[in-house]
Amino acid sequence: MGMSALSRTAWTAVPPRRRWAWTAGPGVCAAAAVLALIAVAVLWPDLLATHPPDQGGTVDVLAPPSLDHPFGTDQLGRDVYSRVVHGARPSLTIGLGATAIAVLAGSLLGMLAAAGGRIADELIMRVSDVFLAFPGLLLSLLVVAILGTGTVNATLAIGASLTPGFVRLARGQALVVRNSDYVRTAITLGQRRAAILRRHVLPNALPPLLVLAMINVGTAIIAGSSLSFLGLGPKPPTPEWGAMLSEGRDFLGIAWTIAVFPGLALTSTVLAVNVVGRWLQRRFEGRLPSAG
Amino acid sequence: MTAARWLVRRLLLTVVVMLGAATVAFAGLQLTPGDPARVILGSTTPSPEQVEQVRHELAFDRPVPVQYGLFIGRLAKGDLGRSYQLREPVGALIGDQAWSSALLALTGFATALTAATVLAVATAGRRPALRRLSMGLELIAISTPGFWVGALLLTFFAFRWHLFPVAGGSGPEALVLPSATLALGLVGVYAQVMREGMERALDEPFVLTARARGGGETSVRLRHALRHALIPLITISGWSVGALLSGAVVVETIFSRQGIGRVMAAAIASRDLPVVTGVILLSALAFSLINMAVDGLYRIVDPRLRESAL
Repeated sequence: MGMSALSRTAWTAVPPRRRWAWTAGPGVCAAAAVLALIAVAVLWPDLLATHPPDQGGTVDVLAPPSLDHPFGTDQLGRDVYSRVVHGARPSLTIGLGATAIAVLAGSLLGMLAAAGGRIADELIMRVSDVFLAFPGLLLSLLVVAILGTGTVNATLAIGASLTPGFVRLARGQALVVRNSDYVRTAITLGQRRAAILRRHVLPNALPPLLVLAMINVGTAIIAGSSLSFLGLGPKPPTPEWGAMLSEGRDFLGIAWTIAVFPGLALTSTVLAVNVVGRWLQRRFEGRLPSAG
Repeated sequence: MTAARWLVRRLLLTVVVMLGAATVAFAGLQLTPGDPARVILGSTTPSPEQVEQVRHELAFDRPVPVQYGLFIGRLAKGDLGRSYQLREPVGALIGDQAWSSALLALTGFATALTAATVLAVATAGRRPALRRLSMGLELIAISTPGFWVGALLLTFFAFRWHLFPVAGGSGPEALVLPSATLALGLVGVYAQVMREGMERALDEPFVLTARARGGGETSVRLRHALRHALIPLITISGWSVGALLSGAVVVETIFSRQGIGRVMAAAIASRDLPVVTGVILLSALAFSLINMAVDGLYRIVDPRLRESAL
């Protein structure tokens, strides 16, 4: 690792203002449409839902799809379609929240490592090395085991496991921008520190972090739903997609709808996020490492 | 830098990282609310003397730095502590389940590697329609959570069509759906990485030479380009370990399959911290050693890297 990893993860400085051709193919447009629909479900679920998400019944239990219940009903007679719609908010909260935590904490710590002197740099980077030694979901699982289950703790857990990657990237970015010719020129020209930060450092250090965030959102959403599936996320009867699948697990042999629809909503969301994320990544062509 | 010096440096670094990981684990054990002595004694209300005795036996009544020293000392001897719930040494608990999980991980990994190789050889730099289709499917595979794949396979292949057992079982047919689920989590990334590596290799002069000698397209790819496409896979082997371990937790849960992952999931839910930290420390150790082996392999493959410090 060390220097070679740094040069691989850091962006080379390019002129700050460049015109991008904002052309998008049909796939990207479809993905954007899916995201728009999901956004409606997150913000105003009642516009799309046909039943209250928690309203059950004893008549239609585990019913197959019908006109009244397009996705069928679950083990408590609740409308699966309405639960999937209402599930958008709790399902995306963990992933989005965790990414936001990772971007904020990661850029703060990364910039501190780059600008705070040798001791701060060593300390922050060695600690982040230790956290990187817990692969995949494992760090999140440890954090949940310590803090306990629930939406907030699951969000913190996934945020913590994403943070080291952002620390590395932010540190690399800050170093590249600080040593770039345009910042040196600005210093030579006698511009004020605050102006340099605002006009040169921030616009150049931030976009790559946001692109990395966009690429990580999909992973974070899957991680959040996986924790919920394991029973470590929001408590029932929250219609979280992973939790819905987990609660319906014993009835998979009776009603296939339980397995299909919450997972389909989750996968389409993550797919749409990934398609748009990769498209954004290509917009920054040459500024982003292929590994993400 | 000589190989011996490099090895010493890397081993020291691994020890430092593992010490850090152990400290995180110790902090976790300390931070968890509740008195572990009472957890160990179980649900019946124990007498204060009993609690005191357990606390004394497990050194919970000593100052934190002393407990930390004892914890690290036990770890150094390979003692991972005892489970709160199952009252069994964590090492033995993991050992009992290791074979089942290792079998799952190996078959899942082998399936993903084989499928990705076929996809990369068939579509790298040729057959544009098939290549696009394959890339689309890979993106879908990357975007699909393992627990959904598992639930779908279980619903259709086990419950509806009765092709595979629903749960448990130890025969080879019980391994098919779980390892397919695990493999699907890896194959998208593997195929993308291998195709990119192969397309880069196909532009190299040695491929031109091989073709000039009259090698057929597929044999040139298999014999000359494939090994270059495998190098980036070594780079992401750390990611693979993480994906296999986290995948095992989810896959073993959905298929009710024995293994470390399921023990882990149960331990997290019941906050059986010694089991959780034991599994996580072992994974971190495996992960660090694999990363070290990978960097060592690189130094052998690419002599230019011998100049660098790590």
